[in-house]
Amino acid sequence: MKKGVMRPGHIQIRVLDVEEALKHYRDLLGLIEVERDSQGRAYLKGWTEVDKFSVVLREADEPGMDFVGYKVLDNQTLEKLQGELIEYGCNVEEIPAGELNGCGRRVRFDSPTGHMFEIYAEKEQTGKWGLSNVNPEAWPRGLTGMKATRFDHCLLYGPNIVGTLDLFQKVLGFDLAEQVIDPEGNKAAVFLTASMKAHDVAFIECPEPGKFHHASFYLDTWEAVLRAADLISMEDVSLDIGPTRHGLTHGQTIYFFDPSGNRSEVFCGGDYHYPDHEPVTWKAEDLGKAIFYHDRVLNERFLTVLT
Amino acid sequence: MSDQATHLIKVVNRDQSFKCAEDQVLLIAMERFNANAINVGCRGGGCGVCKIRILHGDYECKQMSKAHISEAEQQQGFVLACRVFPRTDLEIESDHHQAVESSYKKAGARKAAS
Repeated sequence: MKKGVMRPGHIQIRVLDVEEALKHYRDLLGLIEVERDSQGRAYLKGWTEVDKFSVVLREADEPGMDFVGYKVLDNQTLEKLQGELIEYGCNVEEIPAGELNGCGRRVRFDSPTGHMFEIYAEKEQTGKWGLSNVNPEAWPRGLTGMKATRFDHCLLYGPNIVGTLDLFQKVLGFDLAEQVIDPEGNKAAVFLTASMKAHDVAFIECPEPGKFHHASFYLDTWEAVLRAADLISMEDVSLDIGPTRHGLTHGQTIYFFDPSGNRSEVFCGGDYHYPDHEPVTWKAEDLGKAIFYHDRVLNERFLTVLT
Repeated sequence: MSDQATHLIKVVNRDQSFKCAEDQVLLIAMERFNANAINVGCRGGGCGVCKIRILHGDYECKQMSKAHISEAEQQQGFVLACRVFPRTDLEIESDHHQAVESSYKKAGARKAAS
């Protein structure tokens, strides 16, 4: 938070067919469908999120991720960070207010790993779905599927993760919460946070730039993760791995694919991070346990299947 | 049982074959058959891991990521096995995906080799 970046705000995901994708993100994950825009993009959110939307689905002939956006404290912060991004050497583009329905001016920038990111200060706040801000009930009736509570983070693959780490630390004020170090001392994976969460975004080193590993959504309990696994079987959805626990962050998790092959995660639990915490390190030699704490064996698909 | 026609899929480079109904995609039929003739990725036409070439036979195909199958390639019979429905018996060649290697993976492989 020290540079004024508050939280992950939105992710735009490319899908081959928006209607098919809605069956995944709305009916299975249980996100709330908010609206469609004039370009045909679908807007969704988790029921606990106060802003209008957090997931945008765009129909395209190549699945993957267009960009991830982070919300900053206010317009003054946005302006200051815009200047610092330019000074750092990023290619910076200004996206006018309203290009995403209900979202204010966005500042988009590139990164060494080949991913596009955005920061913005304003988005229409519609409040938690189905609940009042005064004397709120525990949860709203009418949720579907896995009842995902929020878009939590994403994992991205690309070259030079140390470069993107430097950008996120120096300009955006993220902390390095966890890392994987190979025997030569190189960083093979970095987990960054702008909050108390173990990760708000994570990167894994890979020669191909701009690759998308997964978007992750938060559930409250292990019971809810097991129920998500039941739904994946009931609906015959493409499963990657789980339910299991990660060594990294210690989250309890299951991974599966949307109908265009983009990976989704639902998870619960996980470690916390304060700014004075040293990064947690996993050795690359113990990667099996770092990724899948119970099996302690790598799954080829988890490391190589990307969009 | 459905009265859907079932076709024989020969994977020539792996010297394996399996059966696939007309309403099934090749990759899922192969997995159900417990065969190991085509590499399995996302099963959604996105990641390219199950890229194959169809050498002989007729088929229909759902949309696939252009990042992995260009129009020119599609003309030459390259497809993603998770998106292909057979219409006749097929002869196919698997293993056409070029895997990207993460250093994460290399570090793990070093351990396995040591």
